[in-house]
Amino acid sequence: MILDAKIPQGPLAEKWSKHKFNLKLVNPANKRKYNVIVVGTGLAGASAAASLAELGYNVTAFCFQDSPRRAHSIAAQGGINAAKNYRNDGDSVYRLFYDTIKGGDYRAREGNVYRLAEVSVNIIDQCVAQGVPFAREYGGLLDNRSFGGAQVSRTFYARGQTGQQLLLGAYSALNRQIHEGKVKMYTRTEMLDVVVVDGQAKGIVTRNLKTGEIETHAGHAVLLCTGGYSNVFYLSTNAAGSNVTAAWRAHKRGALFANPCYTQIHPTCIPVTGTHQSKLTLMSESLRNDGRVWAPKTVEVAQRLRKGEIRIEDVKEEDRDYFLERKYPSFGNLVPRDVASRNAKEMVDDGRGVGGSGIAVFLDFRDAIERLGEDAVKAKYGNLFDMYYQITDENPYKQPMRIYPAVHYTMGGLWVDYNLSTNVPGLYALGEANFSDHGANRLGASALMQGLADGYFVIPYTLGDYLATIGPKPVDTTHPAFAQTKKEVEAHVARLLALKGNKTTTEYHRELGHIMWEYCGMARTEEGLKKARVLIQELKDDFWKNAIVVGKNEEINNALERAGRVADFIELGALMVEDALHRRESCGGHFRLESQTEEGEALRHDDEYAYVAAWEFKGENQPEELHKEELVFENVKLTQRSYK
Amino acid sequence: MSELKQTFNSSLGKKLIMALTGLFLCVFLIVHLGGNLLLFKHDNGYSFNMYANFLTHFPPIEVIAYILYLCIIVHAIYAYILTTNNRHARPVDYAVHTKSPVSFSSKNMGLLGSILLVFIVIHMGDFWYKYKFTHSVGYKEYRTNLLTNQTTVTDFTPQTADFEHSQSFDGDTEIIRVKDLHSRIVASFSIWWYVLIYVISMVALSFHLVHGFQSAFHTFGWVHRKYKPIYEFIGTWLFAVIIPLGFAAMPIVYFIQSLNK
Amino acid sequence: MSNANGTMNLTLKVWRQPNAQTAGKFETYKAENISPDMSFLEMLDVVNESIIHTKQDPIHFDHDCREGICGMCSLYINGRPHGPKRAITTCQLHMRSFTDGETITIEPWRAKAFPVIKDLAVDRSAFDRIQQAGGYISVNTGGVPDANEIPIPKVIADEAFNSATCIQCGACVAACKNASAMLFTSAKITQLALLPQGQPERYRRVQSMVAQMDAEGFGSCTNTGACEAECPKEITLTNIAHMNFDFFSAKLFREEEVHAENHGG
Repeated sequence: MILDAKIPQGPLAEKWSKHKFNLKLVNPANKRKYNVIVVGTGLAGASAAASLAELGYNVTAFCFQDSPRRAHSIAAQGGINAAKNYRNDGDSVYRLFYDTIKGGDYRAREGNVYRLAEVSVNIIDQCVAQGVPFAREYGGLLDNRSFGGAQVSRTFYARGQTGQQLLLGAYSALNRQIHEGKVKMYTRTEMLDVVVVDGQAKGIVTRNLKTGEIETHAGHAVLLCTGGYSNVFYLSTNAAGSNVTAAWRAHKRGALFANPCYTQIHPTCIPVTGTHQSKLTLMSESLRNDGRVWAPKTVEVAQRLRKGEIRIEDVKEEDRDYFLERKYPSFGNLVPRDVASRNAKEMVDDGRGVGGSGIAVFLDFRDAIERLGEDAVKAKYGNLFDMYYQITDENPYKQPMRIYPAVHYTMGGLWVDYNLSTNVPGLYALGEANFSDHGANRLGASALMQGLADGYFVIPYTLGDYLATIGPKPVDTTHPAFAQTKKEVEAHVARLLALKGNKTTTEYHRELGHIMWEYCGMARTEEGLKKARVLIQELKDDFWKNAIVVGKNEEINNALERAGRVADFIELGALMVEDALHRRESCGGHFRLESQTEEGEALRHDDEYAYVAAWEFKGENQPEELHKEELVFENVKLTQRSYK
Repeated sequence: MSELKQTFNSSLGKKLIMALTGLFLCVFLIVHLGGNLLLFKHDNGYSFNMYANFLTHFPPIEVIAYILYLCIIVHAIYAYILTTNNRHARPVDYAVHTKSPVSFSSKNMGLLGSILLVFIVIHMGDFWYKYKFTHSVGYKEYRTNLLTNQTTVTDFTPQTADFEHSQSFDGDTEIIRVKDLHSRIVASFSIWWYVLIYVISMVALSFHLVHGFQSAFHTFGWVHRKYKPIYEFIGTWLFAVIIPLGFAAMPIVYFIQSLNK
Repeated sequence: MSNANGTMNLTLKVWRQPNAQTAGKFETYKAENISPDMSFLEMLDVVNESIIHTKQDPIHFDHDCREGICGMCSLYINGRPHGPKRAITTCQLHMRSFTDGETITIEPWRAKAFPVIKDLAVDRSAFDRIQQAGGYISVNTGGVPDANEIPIPKVIADEAFNSATCIQCGACVAACKNASAMLFTSAKITQLALLPQGQPERYRRVQSMVAQMDAEGFGSCTNTGACEAECPKEITLTNIAHMNFDFFSAKLFREEEVHAENHGG
């Protein structure tokens, strides 16, 4: 299989405009003859469904939550990047492009990333027009803040809940189209398979989570906007329901899965407190604007601190190691996420961790409070401080926060070309569900940007090209492929329900998480990954023998839903390990201990690994086949990332 | 359905009716209290009886009075409709009741309003109805020497049953014959349980208005932080303290006076 | 507060109802060795794990983000929506807010417009329909002015933001003695009415959203303030006043006319 990314020829800055001109159009009267299926209603899904419906297409949208507004985009806190250069501080589309490519450790496509930076400015305009209440200055104009991996202030924000406000904007646009009758919305409905007819995606199979009914839906195209797969680690900052099932089933129907091992570990999360924990809570990266990250300088001080022999305020200034500021004087606390996370891990591995478990470092606002006053700090971060206090029972105005990295985002996802189409014609992937724009590491405030760019400003153009090509011939669910796929889904559900062992699926999930975090987490080794490969296989075998799934299909059955998701996570975990194993270099979120510089930084091997690893499913229990899409860099020079 | 009808059938429209009628009743209370303060004048009920006579015979006031009765009825009916609808909005109740920190009054407007409605029926039945439509109220004759301004009072029995009032002059003496509501009040307020009904009702009025008055403004949407404190102040001090106290003082004072006789 | 082992033992009285059509009842469960650091939902997870081990049907409750923003979790705990603490959702409630040996009663939201679908989960799609009736600004993607073309005074932007923080959880309805949805409805109306972008549709929006709210069968407001007291995002009663004002302005003095519409309500 030859992977054609379909990146337009020509100078970087003209690629997208030229491409838009070259794309075929669907005549306005014909648009209503097309049905488009959108799965997932986060930023990418809601914006795509609304924009396509506005154009005149008939859209059928699905979400597993009880309302489209609950998709996990809602939880993004910090902000959204845009190259508006409202601050006159040297920002530009090119700089945002450059920062993103560099931040992604040169493992993303130039063309895609440039387009992302280009449309970023339209996103802000769109959101403001929808009534998204971004932070403003006294003059009435929009405010910006700084984020990791950039030296300009280009992040727009809405207190600590930018994700919710942006999603509510997209949700309101979606609601308008539902009201107009252009979008038919299915809530509490989970997609369980893609229907492929003659090599083209023509529909999906869903399960109604209220009644258990397995249904088929037909469309001219299927858009998967189903988010990332961080929950493969069991503990992550994702919502409890976030899962890989839609993307994974698409993968098993032929869609390639790209760079699965690229996972992002977010540095500022609240540390784990015990085995009961069901999820980790992230605190916005924006905290690193004013908070200073430190650990005790010596193991001895750290030990005394952990035992409670000394208090934090007793640790003298010279005994505090502001390790990010020390090692990266020019970026300081604002180094990219992967760098900040790895350094925190180093401190803990060194025995200099803090908190009861010793698995944490400090994020200290003492100096900021002295400099700006408590009120100013409260105005900026009040809700984050409250959240921290709520969870830990410790007052961050009085003592430093304890933070530790947690899995937060997955750069990998379904392989898509420049048009966001997977290799299965008619099947598209948008937002976090695809792999496209962040390379091996995503910069802060770029996920919201990408989700909305894909939904508002890319897919409305590129989808039209495909639809014009296939023509408006009506589609329905009468093709035997629908009945066949439905039968296979029913068989899968029945197989899960037949599991009457003695271990809950949550227990399997937790075990999978341990394996992934231990061997495929922040630092990976050949040996560890090989071990993980065996452990996951054992876990999978055990799951299909000893798992317990209660209840029946024809009812609300959480246990069944979870079982299906965990089964898919186990298979995905195995692929992630394969991908991590084959990539014998370090890049971004993928850190192989064997491949580091003398200073302990990630060492890439551009000559061997400057490609996208796209995996093809070859059948149950068969090794997946690797396809490579070479990355071509015409505009940026590949250098060792340095934030010093 | 016409637009206005639609408006007043909406949940907000019904609230608007409650607020408008409620505020009108509040304004009436001020007038009513002002007039009734005449009860505290030691003139053998002269001023009060004249006032009662004026209220029932001055046509504009009569019109307003009928609007007032209408307001009471509409306020009560809409309260009933809203309460019923609100009950239907939660067909299955909680096992453990809400412990939200909200005021007693706001949660019990229906109960307080019902007490007040019963009170109004008793109150109007005893005074207004008997005064206007029965012959159970007696008459008084006030003779005032216009030179000395001395007034003497005697009971009076009219020759015709439908006699209302009269004013005539006998040289320097003004003779006024008028229905004697005052005596009726003296009689009623000498009964302990009757006084108690009044006092309880005025407590209910206080709680009803401490929420109701400012709530009406809220319903109108007038909540600007700059003047909200003003009507909250008025609602609390005038309507929940001064007015109920003023009304409650009447039966209490008359009752105490009756003990001394 | 925990016992000497640093853990807690609790008795749960939980509403169990297999589906909307079947009558429900309270069942009692023991939650043992609960850490005070657990969230309330994690405590329920622990209970559910033990229920599954006995091959029984676990307690169904809605939840998703578990960080207080998606609005999916609900639960009426000991007489209060989202439990005893102010300004948080159930998923942010930690067991340290309870005492060892306590009995905790857990009920679903109760409202005609929020029918129970199973155990503790209710159908809140009425909220979506209210939003669909007009909770938006009608702009198509693209073709909008530059974001800085419309300056908005900070105080207005901040106030609009306060209204926009609503997470659509339904605690206001659950707390209100009338099961009124006015706090929810008014928050969206107020957010958009405050912003210059929302002006063109301001009077249409308030009419259509209120009409849908009424059609869904919610009660009406008696300005009691239970909603405000229980709102995890501390949305104020002032929003309802703003909505009232706009509604009466629209109905009595404006030209915009809206007929009550009801899609699937």
